[in-house]
Amino acid sequence: MSTPVPRNKVAQWIEYRLPIFSWANHNLIDFPEPKNLNYWWNFGSLAGIILVIQIITGIVLAMHYTPHVDHAFDSVERIMRDVEWGWLIRYIHMNGASMFFAVVYIHIFRGMYYGSYKSPREILWWLGIILLFLIMGTAFMGYVLPWGQMSFWAATVITNLVSAIPWIGETLRDWLWGGFSVDNPTLNRFFSLHYLLPFVIVGVVILHIWALHHRRSNNPLGIDVKSAKDTIPFHPYYTVRDLFGLGAMLFVLFVFVFFVPNMLGETINYVKADPLQTPPHIVPEWYFLPYYAILRAIPDKLGGVVAMVASIAILFILPWLDTSKVRSARFRPIYKQLFWVFVADCFVLGWVGANPPEGSFVWIGQICTIYYFAHFLIILPILGKLERPRPLPDSIHEAVLKKRGGAPAVQPAATMEKH
Amino acid sequence: MRRLMIAAAALALGLIGAAEARAAESAGPLPSVDFPHIGVFGQYDKAALKRGLQVYREVCSSCHGLHYVAFRTLSALGMSEAEIKEVAASFKVTDGPDAEGEMFERDGRPSDRIPSPFKNDNAARAANNGAMPPDLSLVTKGRNGHEGYIYAILTGYQDPPEGFTLGDGMSYNAYFPGHQIAMPQPLSDGQVTYADGTEATVATMSHDVTTFLAWAAEPELEERKATGLKVLIFIGVLTAILYAINVRVWSRVT
Ligand code: HEC
Ligand code: HEM
Repeated sequence: MSTPVPRNKVAQWIEYRLPIFSWANHNLIDFPEPKNLNYWWNFGSLAGIILVIQIITGIVLAMHYTPHVDHAFDSVERIMRDVEWGWLIRYIHMNGASMFFAVVYIHIFRGMYYGSYKSPREILWWLGIILLFLIMGTAFMGYVLPWGQMSFWAATVITNLVSAIPWIGETLRDWLWGGFSVDNPTLNRFFSLHYLLPFVIVGVVILHIWALHHRRSNNPLGIDVKSAKDTIPFHPYYTVRDLFGLGAMLFVLFVFVFFVPNMLGETINYVKADPLQTPPHIVPEWYFLPYYAILRAIPDKLGGVVAMVASIAILFILPWLDTSKVRSARFRPIYKQLFWVFVADCFVLGWVGANPPEGSFVWIGQICTIYYFAHFLIILPILGKLERPRPLPDSIHEAVLKKRGGAPAVQPAATMEKH
Repeated sequence: MRRLMIAAAALALGLIGAAEARAAESAGPLPSVDFPHIGVFGQYDKAALKRGLQVYREVCSSCHGLHYVAFRTLSALGMSEAEIKEVAASFKVTDGPDAEGEMFERDGRPSDRIPSPFKNDNAARAANNGAMPPDLSLVTKGRNGHEGYIYAILTGYQDPPEGFTLGDGMSYNAYFPGHQIAMPQPLSDGQVTYADGTEATVATMSHDVTTFLAWAAEPELEERKATGLKVLIFIGVLTAILYAINVRVWSRVT
């Protein structure tokens, strides 16, 4: 690996004054990672790259966008037609938002499966949840900017939820709107915040990675790193793997961008916002559908809002609700099954959220909402006490050797497993 | 690696299939029509675009504008500069105010956008029984069912079924939500005389004008798909190489 002190004279001059070379070396080159990470560990770096893609495309879009109710829709259409490659920039930003959620959701489920939220990574986990809230806020406000029918009506429905808060709700909502309905002041402040929040996200990502590098990555076995034999340097092993992951993600993103750019969006958002004409179905983007289902599962407006916020906020106390001492689901036979039931529950909630709240969708949504909370509040606390985990391996090194079929000096050849 | 590529390709095809299924199902049972520009590699039928423009000019433009389409962009239909100038000049555009402070009408220029024939929305409503003929620049993108729905609307005029009461000046349309549409049947057989000799049936004219409106909504479609193919090949090869390097590097780890 490269030496901590650079050989180049200019680099030495800089290093003496600001040690960026040894810093980069420590964090990006020699940084020891568990050697058994699987591809689910790619999604953190993918989220970071998407964030950069969103910021770059967003800044270019902002150069051509006009945040005014009379011009916003037209300016977006002008980007699509008159700005060189404007359609490409816009379609990347639009589908990039969906990609961001897909990647972050996988990232979170990865954390749940391998118990990455458990000690000593609770603060790392909290920072992740804060990131999720920030990304959701950013995406919601971004969706309002093109000022199509769904932009306007989604903004109206969601901001109206604030009015459910007792006593101050309506005042708060009007303050948020900057008037008595979603109108030009609302669009202006949403634009301002949509530009600001991604940089707040960058700040929280830095904290997130700081915490990660302090207590290091978890791994699929969920056991601690015990010796240098358990680790390998970040470069080249995880740099090439992350680059490969990036290529694969871009491939998927570009399939959407170039061939079905509007598949994930609502058709009616290509009709300019009309405050006098309510669309027949008001639905949020796919990544909000499970929360929308939870919101509507509770017959009371305030109760629905509380449940919706709680469905994410409950993740803050997940490290204490899960009473099992074992991190990885690999060694928790029952949790492993229930994890997938939980994932399925989230998908069903999404499907319910996409449909009008009639007929069987009502009770399916309610049952799935109850199960969602029961998973955290009942199943996990009890399961940790009842379940008998399978024996953990002694070290990462040993487990890796066993799986690869290599012969460790200490192990007799007879116990080798064919891979 | 190969398994991964196959999985990615399968995913892509599945998604595209899902998108098209969704486009077809959303507005109820629409008549099934094919448009060559739909589908992964589909491009616009150039002859149909030109005929569609003719239908738009001779029929639809007396009620509907194309606010986002500049005349100059008609070059994508293979029209020469002189032809574009002539098309633009056949439309009247409001300009001004002039030195006296008055608004005035002048012939359109290539840099203008295809105007609505009405001074404003209220004038449009007043001339159409209170209904507003929408701008058509984004209509294929902004309606569930997309091209299929527009085609269905144009071909879906029928006599109302027994007992169905139509409002004053309204027409019965099998595919319009609620079946009462304020647009009188715009097309009838032989309504235009196609320059290229194609027989102008309602079906052909509807198909042609829908193709033209699809282009008006997505003029970037051909460039998008062609660029996309190159980009995907590039990223695909790059990713395959990165995968090979990845496997190679990791083979050292024990
Ligand atoms: C006489 C005026 C007139 C002409 C000519 C006319 N339209 Fe219309 N069109 C209307 C009106 C009025 C509406 C609004 C209908 C309503 O809302 O009930 C409309 C609506 C539409 C819609 C929207 C349907 C929807 O789902 O909202 C489409 C698409 C359309 N016209 C296409 C065309 C095409 C294509 C042509 C040319 C072949 C054409 N129109 C010619 C008056 C006209
Ligand atoms: C802007 C969005 C986010 C970015 C850019 C981001 C970035 C990263 C990166 C680069 C890593 C290290 C690589 C990895 O382990 O995959 C990481 C780890 C982690 N992230 Fe995130 N993350 C984001 C959102 C979240 C969210 C929303 C959560 C959970 C609620 C979360 C929880 C975690 C946890 C627990 C780890 C440590 C995982 C482990 O090593 O086992 N992150 N994040």
